[in-house]
Amino acid sequence: MPPIPAIQDLSITLAHYLGLAGTIFAIGTVIALSKRNAVAVLMGIELMLNAVNLTVLAFSRFGAGFDRTGSAPLDGHVFVVFVLTVAAAEAAVALAMAVLVYRRRETIDLDRVNLMRW
Amino acid sequence: MTFFDHVHAIGPALVCYAGAGAILSADLFHGRRAAIWGIAVLAAVGALGWTMAQAILGAEDGALSGAVRVDAFSIYLAFLIGAVLLAVVLAAREWAATIEQAAEFYALLLVSAGSMILLAQADDLITIFVALETTSISQFILAGVTRNDRSSEAGLKYLLTGAVAAAILLYGFAFLFGMAGTTSLEGIAAWVATGPEAQRLPLMLAFVLVAVGLGFKMAMAPSHAWAPDVYEGAPTLVATFLSVASKAAGFAVALRLFYTGLGGGDTIISQDWGMMFGALAAISMIVGNTGALVQTNAKRLLGYSSIAQAGNIAVGLAAVAVGSTNGPSGVLFFLGTYAATNIGAFVVVSFVTERLGSEQIEDFAGLIKRSPVAAVVLSLCLVSLTGIPPTAGFIAKVYIFNSAVQAGERWLVALVALAVLNTAISAFYYLRWVRTMLLDEPKDTTPIRAPGGTQFVLAAATVGVLFFGLDPSPLLHAAQDAAAALL
Repeated sequence: MPPIPAIQDLSITLAHYLGLAGTIFAIGTVIALSKRNAVAVLMGIELMLNAVNLTVLAFSRFGAGFDRTGSAPLDGHVFVVFVLTVAAAEAAVALAMAVLVYRRRETIDLDRVNLMRW
Repeated sequence: MTFFDHVHAIGPALVCYAGAGAILSADLFHGRRAAIWGIAVLAAVGALGWTMAQAILGAEDGALSGAVRVDAFSIYLAFLIGAVLLAVVLAAREWAATIEQAAEFYALLLVSAGSMILLAQADDLITIFVALETTSISQFILAGVTRNDRSSEAGLKYLLTGAVAAAILLYGFAFLFGMAGTTSLEGIAAWVATGPEAQRLPLMLAFVLVAVGLGFKMAMAPSHAWAPDVYEGAPTLVATFLSVASKAAGFAVALRLFYTGLGGGDTIISQDWGMMFGALAAISMIVGNTGALVQTNAKRLLGYSSIAQAGNIAVGLAAVAVGSTNGPSGVLFFLGTYAATNIGAFVVVSFVTERLGSEQIEDFAGLIKRSPVAAVVLSLCLVSLTGIPPTAGFIAKVYIFNSAVQAGERWLVALVALAVLNTAISAFYYLRWVRTMLLDEPKDTTPIRAPGGTQFVLAAATVGVLFFGLDPSPLLHAAQDAAAALL
């Protein structure tokens, strides 16, 4: 009987997190740049920001820099809290603006919000 | 460090925020328009005064746990942004009296300017991000402040592009943070100085993302597309503020981040980021100038012109990267002269288009017979934007191009050649506009008068453009001192 192969190391590493975050960021970018509905664009932007948060948190858990510099290891967490706060403020303003445009035009389709071009 | 040392470091920004709070409270209790305007002027003067105090008394290093840094560089930019804020508030008096949202306009202007001053002081990725977003979000609302069709469309477009740019910038920050293991710029500089050859590729990815994100603030390619739409749709005085202050703040952060953080001339990565800015400069100049050639709307033309000018300044950034000694001061000097020039141009366009009821350049015909002051000031500013002596724009362009050529790199010389060619193209559309104003016959000869506050701003801008064109040394010395503080 052939020997049973040793179970490979299944632990999740930095690379897994970065790969996942990179994929989410790419999906978010594509949504933000291709959707015609302003609210859908906003959803894409939220995905991009969440990918950033995931990247920062993964780095502060696994990153190489942390044992070296001796800086406060909470830097990354603080960063994420600020990103969340700012994203919320941005979304609030964006939705208000979308409502404003909708009231005046009865559409938030970005292809039809085009008084100004070229 | 005492509590007051911390307050002193961020004083100019605090004055702006306090002014914004006071304006909103005054509006809540139905304060008079004149009182609200008065608070805005006071806050702008207060911010300038506090910056003056910082320049005279100095400020201790490491305020707010090293999040901000007050040095000659931040003081130079705080003066610049404070002066722009004051000019816009003074020029806005008559216009703001006609809109319903005057208090919000002044309050957001102050919040935005205060955050820009903070941005010039920021010494940490988190501070940079928060200050940048506070400026941006207030500007999104400012662009849509009059709530008409064009203004609200400008606001929405500005916001969506701005949010995408911010997310891209943040992704770059995440990688910088992850590799260097710290958010402080000194920490990043120390890490880059160790020469991490293995991380060169991710580092390049990170700074490309950062440059694309910051390029949004400077209206630099490839994130420039919002500029013409927003300049056209937003109220003209808001566009004035965006074009001058936002660009200055963007380039200030770029200098801090790239020059202090990634190093100029001697690190493993400096040539790479220099070439990137060289490429972005070339694209911006070509896109801006070819776009401007076909414009018939005055504000839209200034929007494309702003993209082209961002390209000129980025030539300076490319020079900084290869270790040109005059590169950083060239960028700062250009920003100073550009502020005077563009404020002059935009403020004239602001009140003239309002009186004309049209933003078409052909309706500026014979402006010299209707309003000699407006026509002369606008012509002078357009000549300065082209870069023809004896104006400040000429000195700034020569200085920045010279610093690039002296750096001694082949590709930089080619870039400067392209920039000179682009200057020739830009002369075509700038001077065509001047000819329309000075030589064509007006359709209607009723005189146009500049309102009181506007006259003062125009006089100041004219003096700036001519004085720094004839004797650039005071501003140049200030810019050189500021640049020296960066290292």
